[in-house]
Amino acid sequence: MKVKKLSVSSICAYSLLTFGALIMILPFIWMLSTSLKLPEDVLSWPPELFPKRPSLINYVTVFTTAPFVRFFLNSAAMATISTISILLTSTLAGYIFAKFNFPLKNFLFILILSTAMVPFETYMIPLYLRMVDFHWVNRFIGLVSPYLVMSYGIFFMRQNVISTIPDELMDAARIDGISEFGLFWRIILPLMSGAAGALAIFSFMQTWAAFIWPLIITSSRKLWTMELGLGMFQYRFTVDLGPINAGSIISILPVLLVFLFMRRHIMSSMTLTGMKA
Amino acid sequence: MKPLLFPKAEERVKKISKAGKMNKTTLQKYIFVYVSLLPIVIIYSFLRIAPIVENFIYSFFNSGIGNPLKSFAGFQNYIDLFNDRLFLISFRNTTYFAVFVTFFGVVIAVLVALMLSGNSKSGAIYETLFFLPVITPMVPVAVVWKWIYDPTYGLLNYALSWFGIDPVAWLVYPNTAMIAIIIMSVWKLIGYNMIIFLVGIRDIPLSYIEAARIDGASKFQIFKNITLPLLRPIMLFVVVISTINSYNVFTQVFIMTSGPQGAPGNAVRTLVFDIYENGFRYFKTGYAASEAVMLFLIILFFTFVQFGIASKEPKQRSVSI
Repeated sequence: MKVKKLSVSSICAYSLLTFGALIMILPFIWMLSTSLKLPEDVLSWPPELFPKRPSLINYVTVFTTAPFVRFFLNSAAMATISTISILLTSTLAGYIFAKFNFPLKNFLFILILSTAMVPFETYMIPLYLRMVDFHWVNRFIGLVSPYLVMSYGIFFMRQNVISTIPDELMDAARIDGISEFGLFWRIILPLMSGAAGALAIFSFMQTWAAFIWPLIITSSRKLWTMELGLGMFQYRFTVDLGPINAGSIISILPVLLVFLFMRRHIMSSMTLTGMKA
Repeated sequence: MKPLLFPKAEERVKKISKAGKMNKTTLQKYIFVYVSLLPIVIIYSFLRIAPIVENFIYSFFNSGIGNPLKSFAGFQNYIDLFNDRLFLISFRNTTYFAVFVTFFGVVIAVLVALMLSGNSKSGAIYETLFFLPVITPMVPVAVVWKWIYDPTYGLLNYALSWFGIDPVAWLVYPNTAMIAIIIMSVWKLIGYNMIIFLVGIRDIPLSYIEAARIDGASKFQIFKNITLPLLRPIMLFVVVISTINSYNVFTQVFIMTSGPQGAPGNAVRTLVFDIYENGFRYFKTGYAASEAVMLFLIILFFTFVQFGIASKEPKQRSVSI
């Protein structure tokens, strides 16, 4: 049996890393633990990291006393529509900017890409006033519309097409008489599916986590998203910590599940493009 | 060739150029390109480009209820900004926040990446754990951190009590509120920066490091003379990205320090928070727009720094957008 020698420095490094990793997950454990406590145990002193009498009562409370089902469905609808739209527009525009030459190409590409450098927060006021003009305030379309396109997505798909799809393939398909739309839909799109998957995960997570726009554009609770619901409930009312932590767990769960299943994919694609959650 | 989206024009082109196949496919390509891009360009025009331009215009106007262009104000909004105590406080706070979050977010991430770079097997678990906060939405983690910072029942004060430290009302006092939010934001950022550094470190050819080892270089010397210089472009990229993102801080501040329970005056008032209040609570559209322009200029400055650096070092592989 081989025994690997551990140097002092590597033991130090691993203890530091383990300590760091514990700090990283402690808030999640604390969130989960609080959500599983009976109301009378939540404010116990000293704090119990693991609930003595675990219970799902907070999960029942959060869904029965506040419209969190509604919030969850709003978030799900918003993130799904946004993801589908970002996927369609990014793959199409990415492919076109990668493989076609046409008048205004560079102008349009630079225009689209340059908006990526302008943070949303700097133009949210005119955007809101535009929604007022359109009568889209406090409507679902107003909530979702800023999330229909993503400049990074277009750039990311363009890079992907340039590096993976040869011109010869397109020419061969054209000689066989396929239409341009058919070429994109039946041949190119399937070849982009790997990168598109990464983009889908990323855009879903981004829209799911949105906060400031839902805060501005919605005035009635029926349009609140999960994030906004959580934020407003802990902000406006003194809420029991149990249910609010149960709500937090539910809001994290979809993102967490996707992440755990597609960890490699997400981590590499996020760093390659500089995309930021 | 101009875009031809109309059947009549299409026919005319066919008549003019009887060359057949080649021209027909070119035409088809143009139709495909412009028909596909049209909706995308429309969305961009209405929801990105127009608001960005309008924000500049509004910043030079006084606004009325429902009318952002009530009267021309020239640079008055900007002059007012620099006499506005709240704006100056927000600017100072945001800069303070950005500097500290970026500094610790980069230093800790480099150290973690260095420790993880050697071993990839057990490293994967650590990578995942450090990355977890990155993918989590901000609101739930801000909610739980607020609870951790709770003055009477919070986990942090409990941990500190082991060392005989008296309970601190973290989010209530101006100084500690800022520190608390910085700690939480660094916690959320480390994993993202770490992954980028890991990619950079793993790209460094092993032969460099082995050669240095044979020459008798210590671990620290290898880090200082090989790893660090080769990581420089990535490091600068990460610093710029972290700074830009930090300047846009809003959600955690809103969740953790505003509202009826914990409102430490203006201790952690940030630029976006100030824009939000002026624009959407007091409806001072023009004024808030001029503030947004200031934020935009700050970010533009860092973006140019980024591009300046990237163009100066053409040989290095950099992870720009």
